[in-house]
Order: sequence, then C-alpha cells, then structure tokens
Amino acid sequence: MTTTVTPPPANPRLAKVAGGTANWVDDRTNIGGFVKFFSRKLFPDHWSFMLGEVALYSFIVLLLSGVILTAFFVPSMEETHYEGAFASMHGVAMTKAFESTLYMSFDVPGGLLMRQIHHWAALIFTASIVTHMARIFFTGAFRKPREINWLVGFTLMLLSLAAGFTGYSLPDDVLSGNGLRIIDGVIKSIPFFGSYISYGLFGGEFPGVHLIPRMFTAHILLIPALILGLVAVHLFLVFLHKHTQYPGGGRTDKNVVGLPLFPVYTAKAGGFFFVVFGVIALLGALFQINPVWNYGPYDPSPVSAGTQPDWYMLFIDGALRAQPGWLFGLPFEWEIGGYTLSWNILIPAVILPGLFFTFLALYPWIEAWATGDRGERHVLDRPRNVPVRTGIGVALITFYVILVLEGSNDIVANLFHLSINDLTLLFRVLIFVGPVVAFIVTRRLCLGLQRKDRELVLHGHESGRIVRHENGEYIEVHTPLTEQERWVRVSYESIKPIEIEPEYNDRGVRRKGYKWDRFKQRLSRWYYEERIDPVTPEELRAAQEHGHH
Amino acid sequence: MTIDSHKGQETGANGESFENPGLPDHRPRRADVDPKAAKRAERQVVALFTLSVLGTILAVVAYFVFRPGETVESIRYANLFLGLGIFLAMMGIGLGAIHWAKTLMRDHEMVEERHELRSSDETRAAAVEMLKAGAKDSGVGIGRRGLLKGSVIGAMLLAPLALLVPYVGNLGGDWNVSKFKHTMWKKGTRLARDPDGTPIKASDVTIGSVFHVIPEGLNDLPHHELMVEKSKAVVLLVRLNPADLKVQPGREDWSFDGIVAYSKICTHVGCPVALYEQQTHHLLCPCHQSTFDVADGAKVVFGPAKRPLPQLPITVDDEGYIVAQDDFNEPIGPSFWERLK
Repeated sequence: MTTTVTPPPANPRLAKVAGGTANWVDDRTNIGGFVKFFSRKLFPDHWSFMLGEVALYSFIVLLLSGVILTAFFVPSMEETHYEGAFASMHGVAMTKAFESTLYMSFDVPGGLLMRQIHHWAALIFTASIVTHMARIFFTGAFRKPREINWLVGFTLMLLSLAAGFTGYSLPDDVLSGNGLRIIDGVIKSIPFFGSYISYGLFGGEFPGVHLIPRMFTAHILLIPALILGLVAVHLFLVFLHKHTQYPGGGRTDKNVVGLPLFPVYTAKAGGFFFVVFGVIALLGALFQINPVWNYGPYDPSPVSAGTQPDWYMLFIDGALRAQPGWLFGLPFEWEIGGYTLSWNILIPAVILPGLFFTFLALYPWIEAWATGDRGERHVLDRPRNVPVRTGIGVALITFYVILVLEGSNDIVANLFHLSINDLTLLFRVLIFVGPVVAFIVTRRLCLGLQRKDRELVLHGHESGRIVRHENGEYIEVHTPLTEQERWVRVSYESIKPIEIEPEYNDRGVRRKGYKWDRFKQRLSRWYYEERIDPVTPEELRAAQEHGHH
Repeated sequence: MTIDSHKGQETGANGESFENPGLPDHRPRRADVDPKAAKRAERQVVALFTLSVLGTILAVVAYFVFRPGETVESIRYANLFLGLGIFLAMMGIGLGAIHWAKTLMRDHEMVEERHELRSSDETRAAAVEMLKAGAKDSGVGIGRRGLLKGSVIGAMLLAPLALLVPYVGNLGGDWNVSKFKHTMWKKGTRLARDPDGTPIKASDVTIGSVFHVIPEGLNDLPHHELMVEKSKAVVLLVRLNPADLKVQPGREDWSFDGIVAYSKICTHVGCPVALYEQQTHHLLCPCHQSTFDVADGAKVVFGPAKRPLPQLPITVDDEGYIVAQDDFNEPIGPSFWERLK
C-alpha cells in the first residue's frame, strides 16, 4: 500500500466512469439537487451532540444483530424437551422459545455473542435516548421551531421502552416470565377494562400460548417499523431546522457555524458508528448479560431474590415497591359497589408514569407560556442561564433516580447491610422531599454560577501575580477575559416575567381570557422573578475605572 | 489592572449590550503547517485501518477455531475471540475515520445563514388560494357540502370497525374472564410437591417446615393448560406450632394441627410469594416485598399488597394425605375490577 501526502493525480478513466454514472443517475433522479442540498450542509461541533448519534447507531446495531437472531429464534410457546448441547438442561420441559434461545447460545457458533450484542445494544439504545433527551432539555433545544421534533423524540423514547420490554420477554425464562406476570397484574388493575385487556393480550388466561408469537411480531416488525419511520421524521426535521449551536463568537440565531457534512461529518459521524458498534461488540465479548440458562425456563412457581427488570423499567418497579398497600390504617384498594379499585397498583404503575410522561411531552409549551417568547431560538442555553428549567430537570432526574434505587432496594439493602423495610420507608419520604430539595439547590447553584460569570466578566481571571504599588498597597493583577470568553458569558438574554393586560378595561368590562393570562403570569414570575442580568458594557467600563483607582 | 484594548470598544450598536465578536481566529493544527506531522497523521490513520483488517481476520479465524461446546466454559473462548475480532474490525475503521477527520480534514469552521422557517405571506396566500380552488373543483360549497362531507367522514370513521370488531374480537378467545376466579383445587384434591407431583402426608410436615405445593394431577395436564392452572393453583404449605397460630374467625377447621396452606400468588401483582422466614412466620414476595404473616391469616404486614393471601381450606384423608376441602373461597392473585362480582 502506498501513501502520498498530495492528492493523487486525477485518473482520467475513473473520472470518466464516475461522470458517466453520475450523469446517468441524475438524468433519471435529479440527484444533483440532493447532493447540492446535503453535501456541504454545516453541522456545529460539540460532544453532547453525539448522544443522539449513539442512539441512532445502537439502533442500527439492534437491527443488524436482530436480523441474525431471528434466523434462529422460534417464537412459540409449544412444549418441548431440551436435547441440545448444554448438558445440564437435558430433558427439561420448556417452550420452543426458550429452547431456541439455548440453541442459538450453545449450538450456533457466535450465536451467544450476537445475543449479548443485541442485549447490550438495547441497554445502550435506551440509555442514550434518555441522556440525549436530557441534553435537549437542559440546553433548551426544544424551543421554537423544534417543539414537534421534541414530541417525535419523546415518542421514540416510549417506543424504545416498548421495544426493550417486548424483546426482554421473548426468551420465556423465569425472570422475563415473572416480568410479564407483573405487567399482567398491572393491566388487571385498570378499572372496567383491565381483565379484558389482559385476556385479549394473552389470548385467554395468563400465560396461554399466544403471547410470545404476538410479542415477537410487535418486537421485530411493528415497533422497529414505527421507530424507523419516526427516526426518518426526526432526522428530516434536524436537516430542515439546521442544527442548534452553543453560544460563542460569531454564532447567532440567524446562522449556523460548523463544518460540512461531506467530508468532515461523513468521516466523523460515519466513523463514530463503527466506534459505537465496536464498543457494543466489546461489551458482548467481555461481559455476560441475561444468562437465561442460569434462570431456567418459565415456571409460574419459582422466583429468586434480587429479581430486577432491565434498567429502563426499574423506575416503574420502584414505584410499585414504594407504594404502601396500607398507610396509617387507610387501604389503597377500595371496594365500590362490589367492584375493586386498586389504587396501590394504579397510582405507581399507571397514574405516576402517565403524569411524568405527560409533563415531559408538554414541557416545551409550559415553558413557552412562562417565557412569552414567539421567536425562533437556535443558539442553545447554558443550563445556568435558565435556573428554573435546570432546577426542574434535576428534580425530575432526582425523582427518577430515587425510583430506580427503590426498584433495586433489595440489592441496595444487601450491599449496605440495611433493613429493606427502613430503606423503603426512607424512599417513600425521599420521593416527595428529594425532588424539591434538588430543585431548590440546583436553582441556587445556577444563580451562583451566573454571579460567578458576572464576577469574571467584570474583574477578569485571577492571575496569581501580586504587585506592590508605590504607596505600599498590594493588589493582585487580574487578567481581563478575551472577547470570546466574555461573549459566552454575556450573550444570553435575561428574560423578565411577562406583563398582562388588566382584568377590567377602561369601561369596567371584565375581559375574556384573564384567568388564563393570570396563570401564565404567575408561572412566568416563578420562572423569571429572580434573575441575574448579564454584564452590560456600561457596568464593565465602571468596573474597569474602579480598578484603576 | 490592565484593560484588554484589543479592538477597543466594548459597546454594541445600542450601547446596552456587547457586540458579537465574530468567529474566533482559526488556529492551524500541526498537520496544517508541518508536512512531517501530516505524514505522521496519515500513517496513523493507515495503521488504524490495518488494525481493522487484522480484526476481521481474527473474527474469521476465531469462528473456525473455537466451536461452541457443552458447557458455558467451552463457549467462553468462542465468544471472546469472535467478539474481540468484531470489536477490532469496527473500532479500527471508526477511529481511523475520526482521526483522519480530526487531523487532515478541514477544521476551519464555516458559516451558513438560516432562513426563517415560516413561508412568506405570498406563499401562504398562494397556498390558501390553491386549496380554495381545489375545494371549488371538488364541487364542495355549491349546496352539496353537508351530505358529501358527512357521508365520507362517516364512512371513514366506521370502516375500521370492519377490521377491529372481528379481529380484536378474536384476540381474547372466549373472553370468559370469570376463569380468573377459579383454580383446579376441589374437594379431596391432594396437595402434592412442586415440581414432582408426589402427594404430601401430614406426618411428613414437621413444625417449621415449608412445602411448595401443586394440586395432584396438575402434571398430567397438557403443557399449556398446566401453565395456566399452575399460575393460579400454586400453594405454600407451612406447619406452625399450634400455639403460634392465630386461627381466623370462620376458618377454625381450615387448618390441620398447625398446618396451613395459602395461595402462593401475591395479591399485589401476582408474583410467587416464595420466601418464607421461619422465625417470624413472615412470607415475603421478592418482586415488590409485600410481606404476609402466615401465623395471622397471611395478613399484610408490609409492602404494596392490600389483601391477605387467600387461604386454601385443608384436611387429611383416610390415608393421611393432606387434601383440599374445596377451591379457594375468593379469587387468588392480583385484584381486578370484577373480582368480587
């Protein structure tokens, strides 16, 4: 292989073939227009923009490894007796789904690796979606014009949970079977329809023979097709809106500063796909995941301690664990006219996730009511510059993490030698107190960081150099910020609470919509009453003159 | 204190805010200015791509050399080396491409203008005109609107029923949800060990011991019926010191000499309540930690469950085997809307 620093001399024959092919295709497809539109499109650079890429690439790895797994998996709940390579399971009664999972693990060379790659990729897929969503939230990338894309991404997040859960349940092992039984119990708690939804889903009584074939279709066809379609919409909107950018010199809401798709991002993002694939392959090679042969085939009777669902379902499991059946002598299951209403299941597993997800979906509009802003926003916020939003985000994460910890309370209790009952009681309190404390602390921290920014802009960096004046006074020399450093700290907009029209006009008539406006005003005050304004040139001049004394 | 006098003025156009300083100066990388560094970067990229080729070879070789075997250990090497091969094959390409981009491709940022997404007023007006023209061409708006629109919307709303009614109707089989309320226990069914199905004699049950129980005859059922029935019928059998046992009113004859049997399916969301603690007579569900007191009617002492575990009334037959007196007198497992109907 020879390498040269200068570009190789144009190969006239190759150029002719390439030109001819391009001409042939363009005559029939107008591909020139696409190339013109896409090839030199600019993308800003930042590590946090790669979180969404991780989600996309792990999805591609899921599709590739999933196709390989379908070549061996038998989605059937018919009974069979194991006779494959794994000696210690010989003769055990199991479903064909479980048998084929063992078969692809022990009899197919590389089959176990593909299972592990698929499972690791699924965990990384859901994790990267959640962190990507957090990045969008904290930087305000959901603001106009990206509200629709926030909803598309939100739906993708829900679909990733559905994809994960249906896939987790397919091998029909003891753990996943118990997971399904829990879902069945949750569904049955739904008033009026619960029993019928359960019956329809399982094709009769739990577990029946229909569920795995049905989940298989959902897992390999319906859900991936929806994800693929929505990913296309998601990316189309990214191209249409052009990517957001962090604040910095030369960047405004009216431009995009970055490097072209071809060749820079073709190489960087394309290369990153292979990096993600490589890391997932390494996880599959080194770290065992979901060893179903240790759990055994599903049997409704046994269960082991320390049973946890995959991480993305832990928060619901945690809520189920934290909810008391009785509280101070009051039951959380009611009998009304002979019908049973199970608040102890509905609250943690239906109402709470419902409220959590509804709030997330609607968040761009909630903030827009408070801000009263109608313009397009393409420059991202530094999280400190919107203290209330950042506080809400950290409160939501705290809430989520407490539920995840409660979902592993047996493991936590075991690890730290605590009483599991005390731990659950503690989490019951923390679920309410934790997010409030997190909000208050985060908001204060943001305001503090904004003050620190002002301080830096006004007085510069501490240089550590002490100078003695002729009059004997000692001072430390401060180095002023560069224009670029300063711009990042002063270029944010300090939003003031919205003003609303008075309730009565000058003729004393009460106007319509006043209550709604009043609500928005209250919200707006909560968001923006306490704020730190960026340094103005006036203030900087004053500070510098003061420094000259 | 010194003032950075670079470009002097701090005031913006209106004097109230700073002016955008524009793009930072581009700093050339070493490979941009030093041909040796560029050459070195190029060699590093080539090395990374070569690493990928070696990884591919490793993966193919590992496939032929390490065959899976009969134990977990035997497939460990197959899994490890094939996985490492794929890792290197992918990582080499990925790092090579990224290193190429970072060292040799353009890193001088460019600027592109954004355009407001909203279409112009003229375009909007033209679009509205076109839709109006289309509506006119369709004939809507000259007296036929109501019936035409009503019929097309009505037809489209009803059409899904042609699929939904029969095929959603099929999903639930016989839709007989009252099956949730009954198990295969009936008068005289012997309590048998799970999973082998051998019946249990009262004399086998010593104080403090615990048995996982299925109804005798369960194992003779076809597999899918077995799974359905087992999901409802599993029972936990415990013998307590009769002095510790608080007999529940109305259930005086449901136990036998300190032996009690309770449904093993949690009244919370249906996990098997499998962990019995002998000292406290507590029964713990490992899924969500509902805790039941076996000595006191399996009442809830902690956790998310609200109801006690249903008790299976038992007695002993002529041969000394423990048998059920009847089915459970209430539905087992998690609550559902029509549970008590």
